[in-house]
Amino acid sequence: MKFGVVVFPGSCDDVDAQLACARVADVVPLWHADHDLQGVDAVIIPGGFSYGDYLRAGAIARFAPIMTEVIDFARAGGHVMGICNGFQVCCEAGLLPGALLTNTSLRFVCRQVSLELVNPDTPFTRSLAPGARLSIPVKHTTGRYYAPAADLDRLEAQGQVVLRYAPADNPNGSLRDIAGVMSEQGNVFGLMPHPEHAVDPLTGSSDGLGLFASLRDALSGSLV
Amino acid sequence: MSAKAAPPDGFQRALDLGLKADEYARIVALLEREPNVVELAMFSLLWSEHCSYKHSKLLLRTLPSGGPGLVMGPGENAGAVDVGGGWAVAFKVESHNHPSAVEPFQGAATGVGGILRDIFAVGARPIAVLDSLRFGEPSSERSRYLLDRAVGGIGHYGNSIGVPTIGGEVYFEGPYEQNCLVNAMCVGLVRSERLIRSAAAGPGNLLVLFGAATGRDGIGGASVLASAELGEGGADKRPSVQIGDPFAEKKLMECSLELRERDLLVALQDLGAAGLTSAVPEMASKGDVGIDIDIAHVPRREAEMEPFEIMVSESQERMLAVVEPSRLDEVLACCLRWETGAAVIGEVTETKAIRIFDGDELIGEMPVEVLVDGCPLYELNPERPPADLYAPPARTLDSTDPQSILLSLLASPNIADRRYLYEQYDCVVQSRTVRRPGAADAAVLQLPHGVAIAVAIDGNGRRVAADPYRGTIAAVLECAANLACVGAAPLGLTNCLNFANPEKAHIAWQLTESVRALGDACRALEIPVVGGNVSLYNEGGEGPIYPTPVVGLVGQLPDPAFAGQTAFACEGDAIALVGTFRPALPASELAKLRGERLPGSLPEIDIAGVAATHAIVREAVRAGVFSSAHDIAEGGLAVALAECALAGDLGADVELEDVSEDRLFGETVGSFVVSGALAALAGLDCTIIGTVGGARLRISAGSSRIDLALERLREAHAALAALLD
Repeated sequence: MKFGVVVFPGSCDDVDAQLACARVADVVPLWHADHDLQGVDAVIIPGGFSYGDYLRAGAIARFAPIMTEVIDFARAGGHVMGICNGFQVCCEAGLLPGALLTNTSLRFVCRQVSLELVNPDTPFTRSLAPGARLSIPVKHTTGRYYAPAADLDRLEAQGQVVLRYAPADNPNGSLRDIAGVMSEQGNVFGLMPHPEHAVDPLTGSSDGLGLFASLRDALSGSLV
Repeated sequence: MSAKAAPPDGFQRALDLGLKADEYARIVALLEREPNVVELAMFSLLWSEHCSYKHSKLLLRTLPSGGPGLVMGPGENAGAVDVGGGWAVAFKVESHNHPSAVEPFQGAATGVGGILRDIFAVGARPIAVLDSLRFGEPSSERSRYLLDRAVGGIGHYGNSIGVPTIGGEVYFEGPYEQNCLVNAMCVGLVRSERLIRSAAAGPGNLLVLFGAATGRDGIGGASVLASAELGEGGADKRPSVQIGDPFAEKKLMECSLELRERDLLVALQDLGAAGLTSAVPEMASKGDVGIDIDIAHVPRREAEMEPFEIMVSESQERMLAVVEPSRLDEVLACCLRWETGAAVIGEVTETKAIRIFDGDELIGEMPVEVLVDGCPLYELNPERPPADLYAPPARTLDSTDPQSILLSLLASPNIADRRYLYEQYDCVVQSRTVRRPGAADAAVLQLPHGVAIAVAIDGNGRRVAADPYRGTIAAVLECAANLACVGAAPLGLTNCLNFANPEKAHIAWQLTESVRALGDACRALEIPVVGGNVSLYNEGGEGPIYPTPVVGLVGQLPDPAFAGQTAFACEGDAIALVGTFRPALPASELAKLRGERLPGSLPEIDIAGVAATHAIVREAVRAGVFSSAHDIAEGGLAVALAECALAGDLGADVELEDVSEDRLFGETVGSFVVSGALAALAGLDCTIIGTVGGARLRISAGSSRIDLALERLREAHAALAALLD
């Protein structure tokens, strides 16, 4: 089992994502200027400021050479997890519905938040207990999830809303407290919280590890 | 010599650039001719206070700068200490006060950018940023604006580059109203054998300038902004403030670290204040060589820049390396991969002179020794002021009821919860943060070999204003106390000395006394001063700032799993006082709220006794004896108890024998509030004063009584957020 973590020149959480992946699988970095996915089984697009987040978060990264391959990989059913800036990139690339807007506070916010698992029946959450509450940090300026109401209704009806901020713990004004969504096919997952920063109780929590373990289990076909 | 002769009005130009008449005469004598325009611009910067430390160097030489754990001392871009396992930690604090007073967002952002470069210039990966901020009272709109924008700038830079901001402090006092302080500290991690120095070596080796292109931004920053008092027309100086680009710095950082890792560099230096003017002679001086550079090869952001502008530009995100010609192609390829521009701009020579060319034309030639070591060093003429230099603060508290005093103290801007500020900083990136802001008295980071470091930054200017010697001792001990609370022993200290105009006798006295104290405190704690920064002339029309030595400490603890925390954790735990508890109200936060003048001195401090108390606390934390540990600081015992209770969302029941106000709210050095199982505390030299539990804070002292719900305390403690949001 091999995970690949995309590295843009302005990625900040790429090493953290590699450390988290390494707890459940082999992992390789995927350089932004390359066109080679190195045969990975899943792609993680990590947090950070890919190209300085100039213009608009994720808008330039979506055109990176490696993204051509990531987009093809996803369209062919490959599994992709976009974390924070990676979520923004996935939305810009059209791999995920909706958009991320500036927080209602207009400020960067770094905070441990409580998340509700909405859909435990996904490749990214299957190893988590239904109804689980996850303690995972967020840190972003542009994390307010937005989609038109009709789209939100459809996302909810189709089980594409995977994670919500717990009541009164929405840090950015996301509509319907949405923290993480997946594609209609269920193979692309984006979330603003940082599960790679919740893999060790010593540094705050290990609640994020289940997301990486779920992906490994889903891809290796093992039953939990 | 040069085709560009000395200007006819050289003397007047020199004065306009901030040099003194005697200094200009000395330059002429040492050069044996008058300097031309380019040379004069370079001298005016290198001989400015900011670059030459001419009013502080003699004092700084008295500080202890050696020790068994020191692997790189003062003089390099940053000092470093050994943390075992083949690893070293490099750290330094630096000021960006005047730029931040003029344009707070970019001033603070580039302050962070500059200190980050100092750390990766020695080959270390930056793993933490801390900041130390001072503003006027937040009731003033200007102070709120400066705070909001400075915090925004620090976050913008640190967050974007992937280095966590894990700690800091902010105080609000009237004397900082016109002249705020923005100090930033960076901590880096490096394999000891990978530390790199800035000494140029090997005649024939090449100078490679890499990173951003050079523009007209920040011209004269070091001399215009950093070496003179702030006066009227601060807004006119905005062009002297540099503009930061954290994305460029992120690439520059990764590129520099990769170049170092692949052993492609002979020497590395960042471009900070005074740009090439400072970096080139510094590298030559340390290597005892000469350097020729050709400004025609410097990549520029705009056309038709004057030669002197290229030499003094403070454009950000640039580094200068010395490279062997045989490794040049690999260096340039690495820069290309990281999309950082790079150009060969010169070479190392045997001349021991700096020669500046513009193509074929020689436009400046100065002996390195004259440029770097020729600046006169001034003895200060300290004189103790006959009376308090500072107006008393406005009286904002009349009550003598202990409950309302406690609530007022918790709501005081200097004590109120800082969450609103530190939530704007990424504190978790890099996966090392074991204790985040608010969780403990010091931040704790785990290292690759299993041990951890603790980091804290501290400095109470009001106490230093009252008594520069004891106030500074207290600042060092307070910072060390923060480390003790997480179980860490200090390894080294960095400092930023923020003072007003040292040419004034009373300021010179503050500075002299403070540096004397810094030396005494470090010798008592057996730690070296690994480096630091001096920021002088911090005064505006309304008088001097409080003298503010900011100290940053790095310490080590063997096992991060046993790192201490502030929060009460277990219902039923006993609460105890550790250390000699001798609180006093003069110069305290309560005295400030009551509008009292500063006292003429502070109580004597038994440094050895306090250090012994630190050892007791540290060892007990490491042994897991305590559930919580917190040092008693601003606001005294009652505030310390409230902070532990609020952090843990657990109340306390405390009984004190003495009813006096100073027992509750007086401030002291070397006392701690700890909690833990009664049986575990029994073996310790401490005084049991109460029990953890419930949802109220109760403190009874004879007939005097505090009995408040945690919710009331929390509401008061949130005052700063309420004021800013």
